[in-house]
Amino acid sequence: MVAGLTKGERQLALLISIAVAFIGLAMAGAGQGGAFGVHGFIVMAFGIGTIFVVISGYFLPEPGDERLAQYYDDPIKFGIVVSMVWAVFGMFIGDWVAWLLAYPEMTFDAGWASFGRLRPVHTTAVIFGFVGNALIATSFQVVQRTSRARLPDQLSPWFVLIGYNLFCVIAVSGYFMGLTQSKEYAEPEWYADLWLVVVWVVYFLLYLRTLMRRREPHIYVANWYYLAFILVVAILHIVNNLAVPISFGHAKSYSAFSGVQDAMTQWWYGHNAVAFFLTAGFLAMLYYYLPKRAGRPIYSYRMSIVGFWGITFFYMWVGSHHLHYTALPLWVQNLGMTFSLMLLVPSWIAAANALLTLNGAWHKVRTDATLRFMMVAAVF
Amino acid sequence: MFNTHYRLERHSIRFVLAVMVVASIGGLVEIAPLFTIDETVEAAPDMRVYTPLELAGRNIYIREGCYACHSQMIRTLRDDVERYGPYSLAVESKYDHPMLWGSKRTGPDLARLGGKYSDEWHVAHLIAPRDLVPESVMPNYGWLMRSELDTQDLGLHLRAMRKVGVPYSDAMIENATADAIGQASPDKDAAEGVAERYGEATTIRSFDGDPRRVTEMDALVAYLQILGRLTDAAHVQSGAGRMEAGE
Ligand code: HEC
Ligand code: HEM
Repeated sequence: MVAGLTKGERQLALLISIAVAFIGLAMAGAGQGGAFGVHGFIVMAFGIGTIFVVISGYFLPEPGDERLAQYYDDPIKFGIVVSMVWAVFGMFIGDWVAWLLAYPEMTFDAGWASFGRLRPVHTTAVIFGFVGNALIATSFQVVQRTSRARLPDQLSPWFVLIGYNLFCVIAVSGYFMGLTQSKEYAEPEWYADLWLVVVWVVYFLLYLRTLMRRREPHIYVANWYYLAFILVVAILHIVNNLAVPISFGHAKSYSAFSGVQDAMTQWWYGHNAVAFFLTAGFLAMLYYYLPKRAGRPIYSYRMSIVGFWGITFFYMWVGSHHLHYTALPLWVQNLGMTFSLMLLVPSWIAAANALLTLNGAWHKVRTDATLRFMMVAAVF
Repeated sequence: MFNTHYRLERHSIRFVLAVMVVASIGGLVEIAPLFTIDETVEAAPDMRVYTPLELAGRNIYIREGCYACHSQMIRTLRDDVERYGPYSLAVESKYDHPMLWGSKRTGPDLARLGGKYSDEWHVAHLIAPRDLVPESVMPNYGWLMRSELDTQDLGLHLRAMRKVGVPYSDAMIENATADAIGQASPDKDAAEGVAERYGEATTIRSFDGDPRRVTEMDALVAYLQILGRLTDAAHVQSGAGRMEAGE
């Protein structure tokens, strides 16, 4: 992995790793043996680990200019492997949590092993670990190919993937120790949230820079969805995680919002984090991999446009349907319900567009297992 | 329309801005007014804030993920009201940063739990739920009884809560640690300050049955016993409703 970096990038990588290690050291010092301190040690270990990786490859010959004629795919392979590791871990915990609901005594009188702490481990590991890594990795592949442009540099994609996984590790290890904001799908505490903002900004800039280098006049549909995924998740994440830490040396923070406003913000986030991870992100994959595999162009350009903007606009209204019959004012509940119904239209347009793309390739669906999975996925 | 789009999708920055605008509208329309429309949260002048001990208990509730199985939101449905009591009002979670309305009920709703059971029942139930309710799937929480409560930083907690809008006084913040210990130690002098600062109605007793120590169990049970009792706005409203209906 270091072999692909230029000299300058290796130096920068070393600097960032050292900075991360020092942040970890500061956290460990401030945390004084508490859970925050444990996180400090984890961050420090991460930083030291990457320092070693960079140093071990530091004196390898630099990559030549011929690399610029090819797509940069090394980080993609890494991302997919990590995604699979999270999948195995996350689903193992899911299975474990399911057994806990049948045999609660399996808590073994230990806090870390109880249902309430393990359930977010499962949801975070599958959604952020498994799905998140897969989305980031595939986005690198798709954006390069649909733009006919190489990623602008070699360091940013590694920073995004490794930094993102540091966030996931902090999140999951925190739940075992009881560190959580209790907001579903936004459980990690303030410092993990801040780190994710840094990673996400680099990700967005990387994506945008690649698009700007494109040698295609148009931005392809798949990239619209990846862009929406990146942008909307950023907006949601920042607003929903606004909180005041009790001090910069403690893990605990208090949400900026309370009661009904907090509930609405949380489910505006919760619903759309799922929407723009599990829906928009996967539609992005679909718009590239399905036509590619089927060897057919997307059925309708107009359906792509209507589907995309319909989903981007309507989805953001429907979070309040998680709060029916609660103390949330009725007008917000009604808006959420109405938009949920309207959302059926763009969702079905997107699905229909995918299925109609298979017209003329149905014989392939019959024999090609991959394509068959894609077809079933589109239906769902 | 499609021609406009044909042009739009050739400019990355413009496309980015378009996505941000289109995606922001829903949240702005649904969330921003909740802060400005007065009727969103009812008035409850009698409402008191959580004591430091209750707040510590609430943080244990969050830490252990009790919200993964329990809601704190009685819905405006007949089934809910008949089982749990008057439906929840927005004002009741006014001081809840964050709210703990929950999203699923593996166990029952806890919004009106305060006063329903004795402290002894809660302690026994948390240590071994199946001793009291044989078919329960709730985990055992025995370690709460064994762990001393960390009261050291409670002043910082109250200060942060004040920053986000909860009216804690300077005296409350200064005495947070003493008040937490005092509320669970009725024999100590510190107990008096609690009633002075949080009202005579505040429950001051050893919640875990052992007055010599302040454990996490003390804090959690103190919190469970205050659920639904920071204000009686909901009872007042449901009582008034019944009178209007001619009962
Ligand atoms: C795996 C899901 C689960 C978790 C996690 C859980 N509970 Fe429960 N809880 C239940 C179930 C099921 C019941 C009903 C049976 C019983 O009373 O044990 C229940 C009942 C209760 C009751 C009695 C309510 C009533 O009105 O009868 C209380 C109080 C309670 N739980 C508190 C807690 C607290 C506090 C925590 C966190 C420390 C917690 N629970 C965590 C599932 C759970
Ligand atoms: C081996 C496969 C899996 C098993 C056994 C499993 C098991 C579980 C269990 C037991 C719960 C808790 C339900 C409860 O609290 O009552 C849960 C919740 C959840 N799981 Fe999984 N899971 C699996 C795979 C996945 C995958 C692949 C995803 C997403 C990519 C996922 C996403 C979620 C989400 C979002 C929740 C919380 C929402 C809810 O409670 O409805 N799970 N899962």
